Amino acid sequence: MDPQEGSRRSKSGWEKQERARRRERREHLVFRLPRCRPVAVARNGGSLLPAITVDGVSKSFVVDKHALTVLENVSFEVPAHGISAVLGPNGSGKSTLLRLISGLIEPDGGRIEINGRAVADADQRVGLVFQEPRLLPWRTAIDNVAFPLQLAGVGKDERRGRARELLELVGVEGFSQAYPHQLSGGMRQRVAIARALVRDPQILLLDEPFSALDAITRERFNAELLELWQRTGTAIVLVTHSIPEAIYVADEVVVLSASPGRVLARVPVPLGRPRTPAVLDSEPMTRTAAMLRAYLSGTPAELAQQEAAAAPIHDVLDRAGAPAFFDPFGRVP
Amino acid sequence: MKRATFLSVIAAAVLFVVAWKLIVVVGGYPVFILPPPERVFQRFVEAWGDGTIEPHFLATLTEIAIGFAVGAGVGVVSGYLLARSAVAERLLSPYLVAAQATPILVLAPLLVVWLGTGLLPKVVICALIVFFPVTVATMVGIRSVDRRLLELGRSLRATRWQVFAHLELPAAMPQILGGMRVGVTLAVIGAIVGEWAGADKGLGVLINLARGSLFDYPLMFATLLTIVLIAVVLYLIVVLAERVLVGNWR
Repeated sequence: MDPQEGSRRSKSGWEKQERARRRERREHLVFRLPRCRPVAVARNGGSLLPAITVDGVSKSFVVDKHALTVLENVSFEVPAHGISAVLGPNGSGKSTLLRLISGLIEPDGGRIEINGRAVADADQRVGLVFQEPRLLPWRTAIDNVAFPLQLAGVGKDERRGRARELLELVGVEGFSQAYPHQLSGGMRQRVAIARALVRDPQILLLDEPFSALDAITRERFNAELLELWQRTGTAIVLVTHSIPEAIYVADEVVVLSASPGRVLARVPVPLGRPRTPAVLDSEPMTRTAAMLRAYLSGTPAELAQQEAAAAPIHDVLDRAGAPAFFDPFGRVP
Repeated sequence: MKRATFLSVIAAAVLFVVAWKLIVVVGGYPVFILPPPERVFQRFVEAWGDGTIEPHFLATLTEIAIGFAVGAGVGVVSGYLLARSAVAERLLSPYLVAAQATPILVLAPLLVVWLGTGLLPKVVICALIVFFPVTVATMVGIRSVDRRLLELGRSLRATRWQVFAHLELPAAMPQILGGMRVGVTLAVIGAIVGEWAGADKGLGVLINLARGSLFDYPLMFATLLTIVLIAVVLYLIVVLAERVLVGNWR
């Protein structure tokens, strides 16, 4: 339990409800195995405070006068310096989730905290990388990276210097004077990542950042993202619909269902760090991928059944016909 | 400009002059109907040499410059308001259309009656005529700014002014400059119309003088040529501004 609450309040009804909800949520954690503990937790400096807390968050939008629930009771935490991947099909509210965490929109219910403090409107502790690079086409690469600093009122020389450092960090220092249309898609996304990091954010949110890249480049970018993470140490949430990407990068994969987005499972990744692209072919990788596929391909009825039975790990594995390389498509019996 | 482009521009000009000359010769027109090109060019050089055109030229240029600056400035501001505020659109758009639908030829004498024969009524006419295309272009430009860039601005907590100065204005710049291209040529017409309605100086006045009092038709055409040159040069300046402002990112 969070040390901040509890002592001041007596056991109100609200608190009981809250506890019940948390217990219920814990049952989703089918794959909580001790050996799968994310390595980053050990690097947490003793602090138990998660970098990001998403607790019972719901969000719906009004579309054509009908309320459309996009996210329903979504909860997960990202430990300090940890990486979580949010995996889900289209329409599972992944991007909405990132907008909620970054404070661009407000949840209808639930609570979101960054380092123990509630998220503010357009929270400045967050670095955001969008699906497309979203660079300003009339600015050179370096001025794009310096843009957030300029808005914050940092002087020209200082922000240019800082932007140059960041361009070096992402390996685009040779193109600082190039305009976005002169850069390749990969380089543009690098510049966008540099821009997200320029104000030293406490957490980095990436919304399918590599989905526009070809598979080979994408793999390299994943490796580079990990390198970058090791140097900056920010907690990261990576939204993706690529199973290998999620496993390769993250400590824990949060699996969302399609509309409304609910947490189907939180699957820890049983891989140590540092990781090299070689782990993509390793046994834990394929096994975890099989689990994730099983969750993603289940029909709602099956999933309800599975939730009721609180399916243990081997059950899911059996149904998945694991390991995946034997039978990648014959998951549903 | 590329060599080939430059040559074709020259060729087109030569063709135009030859055609002009041919019409005069074949039709056998007298000077007061259509003076031959060499007479007009001769008079053009002469009138510039003896200072006939220059004071009128400067007066007209001043009117155009101030009128265009005012009209374009107000146009950008009102275009932004129309694009971003539904209330402003409802309040302003009827007047905007009305101002555009009122024939400037009717309005010009009225403005001279109200504001005198000095610089002011011409500036107002120029501004009025420039205002509309710039307003519409700005409105369209601001409305078509990529929402994703605006979201970026919001995520960085940009103030309303920062969003305008760093996101909306640069993003809409190509459209705004397109509106100014149209506006700048209209500004020339506005100045001449204003001068016809009542003035003591300006190229419009000189045309009237040359035609009605002096019967100096080559001078009239030389003045016309000056007006055309003003329009072409101003247009090129806007094109140049376009190249400097948006040329390297498009």
